[in-house]
Amino acid sequence: MAAAVNLPSQPEAPEPGQRPPMDFNTRGMRINTAWRNVVNGIVSGASILATVLVIAPLIAILIYLLYKGASSLNLDFFTKIPAPVGETGGGMANSIVGSGIILAICSLMGIPVGIAAGVYLAEFGRGSFLANAIRFTADVLNGVPSIVMGIAVYALIVVEQKHFSAFSGGVALAIMMIPTITRTTEEMLATVPHSIREAALGLGVPRWRTTVSVALRTASPGIITGCMLAFARVAGETAPLIFTAFGNQFWSLNLNDAMAALPLQIYVYAISPYDEWHRLAWAGALVLIVMIMVAVTLVRLFANRGAIRGGN
Amino acid sequence: MGVGIQVEHLNAWYGTTHTLQDINLHIPANHATALIGPSGCGKSTFVRCLNRMHETNPIARAEGTVKMGDLDIYKDVSPVEIRRRVGMVFQRPNPFPTMSIYDNVVSGLKLNGFRNRKVLDETCERSLKAAALWDEVKDDLRKKSGASLSGGQQQRMCIARAIAVDPEVLLMDEPASALDPVSTSKIEDLIFQLKTQYTIVIVTHNMQQAARVAENTGFFLNGKMVEFDSTHKIFTNPKDKRTEDYITGRFG
Repeated sequence: MAAAVNLPSQPEAPEPGQRPPMDFNTRGMRINTAWRNVVNGIVSGASILATVLVIAPLIAILIYLLYKGASSLNLDFFTKIPAPVGETGGGMANSIVGSGIILAICSLMGIPVGIAAGVYLAEFGRGSFLANAIRFTADVLNGVPSIVMGIAVYALIVVEQKHFSAFSGGVALAIMMIPTITRTTEEMLATVPHSIREAALGLGVPRWRTTVSVALRTASPGIITGCMLAFARVAGETAPLIFTAFGNQFWSLNLNDAMAALPLQIYVYAISPYDEWHRLAWAGALVLIVMIMVAVTLVRLFANRGAIRGGN
Repeated sequence: MGVGIQVEHLNAWYGTTHTLQDINLHIPANHATALIGPSGCGKSTFVRCLNRMHETNPIARAEGTVKMGDLDIYKDVSPVEIRRRVGMVFQRPNPFPTMSIYDNVVSGLKLNGFRNRKVLDETCERSLKAAALWDEVKDDLRKKSGASLSGGQQQRMCIARAIAVDPEVLLMDEPASALDPVSTSKIEDLIFQLKTQYTIVIVTHNMQQAARVAENTGFFLNGKMVEFDSTHKIFTNPKDKRTEDYITGRFG
């Protein structure tokens, strides 16, 4: 239908007939519904297939670990230290606790530093030379092989102190965490609309408080995800610990002494010639992956507790 | 109670663009003052200079004198302090998405370290009532996110948030331009009530809105204030030809 509105107050309204009538059946405007549905089906199917392809290996690994490792899991595994060569039995209690301690050290150092650096990049240093330098360094650091981190920390801390230590292992893992957390924090803060910061500043809230209580809080789900990814990645790292935490066949809770860690113990057992140790290595891998899953799930539950869900 | 604002020789720049050129005007206390003019004429920059929000943009700067009562806001106080005394309502509703309705309304107090639960509760209720939103949200103050409200409700919540810190001046930068006519008329009713307690400066693209809510109106064009007079005068008998052309719809 042609627009034939003849309101006296609109002298500039186009005369009827000047504008071509809207007709969805003219060539070019015709919509091929059948073809659109086919394309829609292909794209949806492809994305579902991709999801399956991504998840299938993960499930396969978990099933294989359960198959290989579950039979070696018993109370001894969680309460005893490794048995001497030649004896059967023994467990990985010291490695499980050691991993927990080393991961706590690296999280306590890596997460605050990583987030603080990300806040600097996103909120305060934007466009400055220092920020660009930090961003570039973080990206390069992300690509450095983990064994190099181990050697670097070995040279900086272990050689200076003249002994291996859980602390140095934590430092090596923290350095591995920082670039991921920094860049995720920066990117998540960049998604927080400027209008929300203005709302806080307009209420007379100081800039630091706006950053912490408004920008960081709004971006927190993404930042927590970034921290969890970084945590899960370093939790399974072996190479940085070889020259730092070193591993320990006995109980040690001393941060200044060599400490056992699950990845190290798995590595030692997996390259050994004994079938018994191979089975324990599988069990260790299963425990490690379950520990990471539990830790990530707990953090998610805790972070979501009492959270207000927004959106229209 | 509101205070009057005396603006003398105010100039503002974005980078090298001279966005405000020698603005002089007096905004009377406890009245609504409307600022009209085509897009990009400097109205928004002007109100952002009144609470020093202008400075949050690193390439922006301003010079001149803005006196609120006896206080020279560019000399006597910090930007943070002046923003506590000059509330601002933005063009698009900007609730804090992670906060409940309650937390949104009292955020100005809470984020400044105020923790007294009883006072916060009272402030929340008083502000929401003043913003004509209380009846619609009183049952899920803490359950619902501020971002889950409709656009018009969000904007009234943002007004409640601004008046919760008990400012002397309320700046409104096109507060109804993103809203439907019903919500717009609610906001206008609100301005009518609020101007008995606050000095209101409202930027608007809608000339009928200026005529409805404001006692005085200023017309901005290309970074200059062309004319400032009573709203009645501006709309019936403007002195300047450009004002007349604009309000009769010959341009803009």
